[in-house]
Amino acid sequence: MTRRLLLLLLPVGFIGIALFLYQGLGINPSDRDSALMAREFPAFEASTLRDANRRVDQSLLTGEVTLVNIWGEWCPACKQEMPQLLALADHNIRMVGVNYRDTREKGLEFLSEFGDPFEVNIFDPDGSLGFDLGVYGAPETFWSMPTVLFAITIKATYRLKMSANASCRR
Amino acid sequence: MALIRTLSVLLMLLFTASAIAGGIEVREFDDPVTEKRYRDLTASMRCPLCENQAIDDSDAPISGDMRERVYLLLQDGQSDIEIIDHMVQRFGDYILYNPRLENRTYLLWGLPIGLIFVGMLVVVLMVRARRNASAKALSAEERARLDALINRERSS
Amino acid sequence: MFIKMIPEIGHFALVIALLMAIVQAIMPLAGAATRRPLWMAYGRPMAAGQFFFVAIAYICLTTSYMLDDFSVANVANNSNSLLPWYYKFSAVWGNHEGSVLLWSLMLAGWGYAASVFSGDLPRDMVARVQGIMGMVCVGFLLFILMTSNPFERLLPNMPQDGADLNPLLQDFGLIVHPPMLYMGYVGFSVVFAFAIAALLGGRLDAAWTRWARPWTNLAWAFLTVGIALGSWWAYYELGWGGWWFWDPVENASLLPWLTGTALMHSLAVTEKRGSFKSWSVLLAISTFSLSLLGTFLVRSGVLTSVHAFANDPSRGFFILMLLTITVTLSLLVFALRAPRVSHKVGFNWLSRDSLLLINNILLVIMTVTVLLGTVYPLILDSMGLGKISVGPPYFNALFVPLTVIMCVFMGLGPVARWKSMPAGELVRKLWLAGAASLVLGAAMPLLYGGEWNLWVSLGIISALWIVLPIVRDLFDKTRHASSFLAGLRKLSLAYWGIVLGHVGIAVTIVGVAIVSNYNIERNVRMSPGTTVEVAGYQFTMTELTNRRGPNFLADTSIIHVQRGETGRSFIMRPEKRLYLATGMPMTQVALRPGLFRDLYVAMGEDLEDGSYAMRVQYKPFVRWLWLGGLLMSFGGILAVVDKRYRRVTARKSAPADAAQASSKEATV
Repeated sequence: MTRRLLLLLLPVGFIGIALFLYQGLGINPSDRDSALMAREFPAFEASTLRDANRRVDQSLLTGEVTLVNIWGEWCPACKQEMPQLLALADHNIRMVGVNYRDTREKGLEFLSEFGDPFEVNIFDPDGSLGFDLGVYGAPETFWSMPTVLFAITIKATYRLKMSANASCRR
Repeated sequence: MALIRTLSVLLMLLFTASAIAGGIEVREFDDPVTEKRYRDLTASMRCPLCENQAIDDSDAPISGDMRERVYLLLQDGQSDIEIIDHMVQRFGDYILYNPRLENRTYLLWGLPIGLIFVGMLVVVLMVRARRNASAKALSAEERARLDALINRERSS
Repeated sequence: MFIKMIPEIGHFALVIALLMAIVQAIMPLAGAATRRPLWMAYGRPMAAGQFFFVAIAYICLTTSYMLDDFSVANVANNSNSLLPWYYKFSAVWGNHEGSVLLWSLMLAGWGYAASVFSGDLPRDMVARVQGIMGMVCVGFLLFILMTSNPFERLLPNMPQDGADLNPLLQDFGLIVHPPMLYMGYVGFSVVFAFAIAALLGGRLDAAWTRWARPWTNLAWAFLTVGIALGSWWAYYELGWGGWWFWDPVENASLLPWLTGTALMHSLAVTEKRGSFKSWSVLLAISTFSLSLLGTFLVRSGVLTSVHAFANDPSRGFFILMLLTITVTLSLLVFALRAPRVSHKVGFNWLSRDSLLLINNILLVIMTVTVLLGTVYPLILDSMGLGKISVGPPYFNALFVPLTVIMCVFMGLGPVARWKSMPAGELVRKLWLAGAASLVLGAAMPLLYGGEWNLWVSLGIISALWIVLPIVRDLFDKTRHASSFLAGLRKLSLAYWGIVLGHVGIAVTIVGVAIVSNYNIERNVRMSPGTTVEVAGYQFTMTELTNRRGPNFLADTSIIHVQRGETGRSFIMRPEKRLYLATGMPMTQVALRPGLFRDLYVAMGEDLEDGSYAMRVQYKPFVRWLWLGGLLMSFGGILAVVDKRYRRVTARKSAPADAAQASSKEATV
């Protein structure tokens, strides 16, 4: 009889596994938190998009709560998200843009066409600040807190970003 | 005739191959060991953007950046562990195809190794039991009882 | 009028098939339980009718593709009027809905075949098999009709033309790989049905084993070919010369293959020796369950894989329910009906029985390892422990050593005798083979690569250790025949099945060991006039040209390849194409296949000084990977056509024949 009971553990065990799988259905496997969550903003030094002579660094983000948005002219989802950012700027939220893997001309063109909610735009043509932020596609948004702590990531536009996956083979 | 044409179409198909243009970079290495390390590192890191591809195999811009960074850090003389840490700091544990041994991955590494020992135990126990089974033959009475048991099992 | 209605006819045919499947699922089982022959007799016509109507649905969908009926959403999304006919034909299964329909067609086909070729099985057993098959069919037909209807229309706003089949799928691989793979997956449903039927009927005897074996071998042979074709396709089309990525989709096909392999061996023990009965049943249940689990993992979107089907949680939920019901019910039946008392059949430490036991345990450990690595990220994630990845380094680190251990026992298996094998005799038979494997395997990397390499040596030793004992055994078995060849002809096909299956594994292992360790890959800058030497081949770019294809523009490099100074020379033409319709850039790899090496040239970025980045690869023995797969599956098929399975009917009427056959079995 004990053997029967032991064998009954098999279906029970499988139901346990199935519960995990069921929970997995509700999770998007590509939806990941930033690795920089609750960490210091990485050190950087760059010029701004509008003024090639103005240098900025991480001290730009130590003063107050700031929303940091990574965008590029080449990124369709950035265009769609711009109205929301403009609306946020109306609520006196401080925003800093990172013009990611772009050219100065195209970046400025984008701002004149879609509006500029940012106090300042950091120019990051080779994506090195983006790399240190762990950004692998645009748009991406961070909150930077005043003291040292850093970062939640807003993934509202996640789906749009993934649709820009055309560069992936297979 | 139609069959021959079909076959020749299929044969032609056999010798073509296509893929979306990929990041093939020409890199200079000081020595073959570094080159091997570069290959191993880029093969064991996962592209954060693309679905399940190693960065050496992916043409996403971020994979190109990551390969470049691995190359630069290698040229800089950093160790594999330092390079891996550098990447994990930015992109998270997700990019490691070879998960690190930590609390949450003990089961992942431990279970297969544990199973090997369990398996050995099972073999030893089973063969010992069967060896005895073969050693002592059943008496006629035992055989009849066993048959009765088996039959009852079947009809139940 | 009729042509316009084709999709509706297909849809309707699916509904009829579903109704028939429901009848097939209920009546024969009820008949077997209440011993009513009339009810049991429903099984066969229902199986036939169901197959007929699913086939009609399938033909309707294919016709819609062939006729470019873009009012059908499935056709509009996956085809194009310019697509060649053979891709229209195979585009049917290049997407989720169509592939599930193909799956159902095969399921119905296997179910029908099982009811046709079960002539002399007890009637209640056949009825139960049909009932179980009916249940599985109900599940899949419901899945199609409720979540994945391929006949959905885009009316009244039908598109002018289709969105086209993904260019990567416009390939010979799509034509052959999925059907073979699905035949394997689905084939195991028959074995599953036999196992459950045997449990329900309390008839776990030699007869059911005898019947389950050919079906297992056949399904296994299909699955093996399917996996090999998939690997080959990935190699030349997707993977920059890689051939196995431990991607969830690949693992999903490997899992049932591993348990299926274990099942084949365990069934051999069950048939010959009457032991491992419950174990075989459990393996049959596991194999089919893992096929379903693979379907779930691939089609629900819970894991990121390179082969993403359009994912939809409602589909995932449906398959999960199907999987849970199937597995839980069958394990419940197993727990309640598995024989309580099995008379223990004795065997010794050294015997074919014990070796097959070890084989099974190792295969199960491999299965658990692959399964664990595949679902571990998912489990951690659903427990809120973060996202990790488990990839090739993990699987290789565990799978390769397990395979080596397996090979140690594989060498002994075919030579050992059932029940007991005196150690002295085994040593006397195999010392030469063992010594030869060790020496040759250890020397091989030195001769081939100039320096010693542990993994190559292990691979070659393993392969030789599998093959040489079989060769020795062949000589032993033919010793009494008038000549070696005459003796070979006398061996049974089932024996040749074992030989080919094992030699196939050895061939694959040789391929894996050599190509993984001696693969040479060079990324180089080339412009016209540049020569690069890779593995003794001189690659000279003689010309860079442009050409215009039917639907693309291409930069073509003409590469003149010469072996050594004076060897044979040939031209390779890698291309970079820009597809005009989609604007998608594609690399057309140039491949020069050969039995002992492949040459592989891919064209990369334009480096803007008149030169291109090129990837040149030399891949020794890579063909052996798939050659081994073909040998294995051929072995499986030989075992199926062995006459002792074909002539079961004759055996009943001719006891003399049976005696002869069983005496032959004893020698096998």
